Amino acid sequence: MVEQMAVFMENRQGRIMELAKTLKENAIDLITLSIADTKDFGILRCIARDNSKAQKVLKDAGFTVTTTKLIGVEVADEPGGMCDILTLLGDKNINIEYLYSYAHVATKKAIILFKVSDEELALKILNENGIKLLDNGVI
Amino acid sequence: MFFQKEIETMSRKEIENLQLERIKHIVAYAYDNVPFYKEKFDKIGLKPSHIKTFRDYENVPFTTKDDFRSNYPYSLFAVPMDDIVRIHASSGTTGKPVVVGYTRKDLDIWSDVVARFIVSSGGRKSDIVQNAFGYGLFTGALGLHMGWEKVGATVVPISSGNTERQIMLMKDLKVTALIATPSYGLYMGETMLNMGLKPSDLSLRLGFFGAEASTKETHEQLRKIFGIKTNDNYGLTEVMGPGVAGECYLNDGMHIAEDHFYAEILNKETFKSMGENEYGELVITTLTKEGLPVLRYRTKDITRISKKPCACSRTMARMDKIIGRTDDMLIIRGVNVFPSQIEAVLMDMEEVGNSFEIIVDRVGYMDTLEVRIEISDEKLLLDYGLLEKLRDRIRKKFKEVLQIDVKVKLVEPMSLQRFEGKARRVKDLRNK
Repeated sequence: MVEQMAVFMENRQGRIMELAKTLKENAIDLITLSIADTKDFGILRCIARDNSKAQKVLKDAGFTVTTTKLIGVEVADEPGGMCDILTLLGDKNINIEYLYSYAHVATKKAIILFKVSDEELALKILNENGIKLLDNGVI
Repeated sequence: MFFQKEIETMSRKEIENLQLERIKHIVAYAYDNVPFYKEKFDKIGLKPSHIKTFRDYENVPFTTKDDFRSNYPYSLFAVPMDDIVRIHASSGTTGKPVVVGYTRKDLDIWSDVVARFIVSSGGRKSDIVQNAFGYGLFTGALGLHMGWEKVGATVVPISSGNTERQIMLMKDLKVTALIATPSYGLYMGETMLNMGLKPSDLSLRLGFFGAEASTKETHEQLRKIFGIKTNDNYGLTEVMGPGVAGECYLNDGMHIAEDHFYAEILNKETFKSMGENEYGELVITTLTKEGLPVLRYRTKDITRISKKPCACSRTMARMDKIIGRTDDMLIIRGVNVFPSQIEAVLMDMEEVGNSFEIIVDRVGYMDTLEVRIEISDEKLLLDYGLLEKLRDRIRKKFKEVLQIDVKVKLVEPMSLQRFEGKARRVKDLRNK
């Protein structure tokens, strides 16, 4: 499983920049970051090289932060790579709550991170099908 | 023209004699029939027989909105429920509303005093009246409704909302008089213009815009938009509803129905009686109410009173427009809202912190109320849906308690201003 931070974000000018600045000042490197467009408020999700340090500095800077676990898989960066994984889960009626991904151009691999309705079942299915599960050390 | 000329033009001496006689009566009546008043008097050793002059009457303790709450719902009533024919209610400072009851005679007097200001500002039997006040427990709609029926006019009880349809009916039914809150009146005017209609397409000639404090400028604007004469009037649920005072056609102060209400203006700190034309808190006593007599009710409204006879030849004292409040009550689209009500809702929710901010504004002609609330529970961040659910739950609870739509905005912890002394949680951006 991959640990991710969730930060409450008011939709107002400069707020993401303030978060980025806090991380920069503390020399924290981000691996992923995702935020959707929202009207008044949203949740910014990110993974840092050092999540526990990142969480501490953000809290100290006044952000509301919590951590959650995601399922992370690595697939070939080619057409249909993600579709095969989602089909395995979809066939068992597992719903994806949210998902984001990024590609490693050098290795031609793609990393997919997601949250599902039934985590236990999803992990079981992925294991049974020999899908490589990631943790924070690997991504 | 007058509705009750012999009363409306009594000499000041006659008015004062009548008031003193009725004060003595209502004090004894309240003492004998409402345990709350008996206890209050007994506690300070005051007997109804001690009240012989207006000066003596100043020894009578005040009644406040909190007294209505602690006697909720019926304990202030002076007659058996058998004799009560109507209930109305308005907001309390927290939780429970203020509940009031009327006997048949009370309703008769109520409609008389409303009819007085209707006729004095030009309303006639021949008028067709669109009542765009929200019908319900609110005293405004039924108060004006009864008054106009008493005048003999045709009442269209359309209630508020559905503005384009209101304008269509106003035109088609050849409505001559409109009843609305000032802010809704302005919105209707704007809607009329947006529909491509001009005042000359309507038959409107009079507007009765009450239920919320409004400035002379607002009334001037309403007169201009519709090309009509306007009336402002004053009242409050605790003592009756609309009709306590109302303007005549000269728009030079609101004539108080002094045969039914005794009005005092008191210094807002010392509670000493203020002179004529001096600003202070308005304190009202009902002189003839049977169902729910109220002695010295602190309205918390600030105004002044002139006893100079009016050029319309009415002698009843005139009160000025309300220029402020001694408490933090807000009037949003005609509805009373207390910050304490908002606080009570939020205190019941664990997911939010203790800090909140209330922002009142006016968008177009409509008042808006936004509450900014700091979230405090990190678990909400596991799922965006939880945040939305919380916001919707708060919004629904506000609607239940306040009866109006509130915009709820969740904000980050510690992002709202902190206060060392008394928190100033309300930002009122209207009239700025």
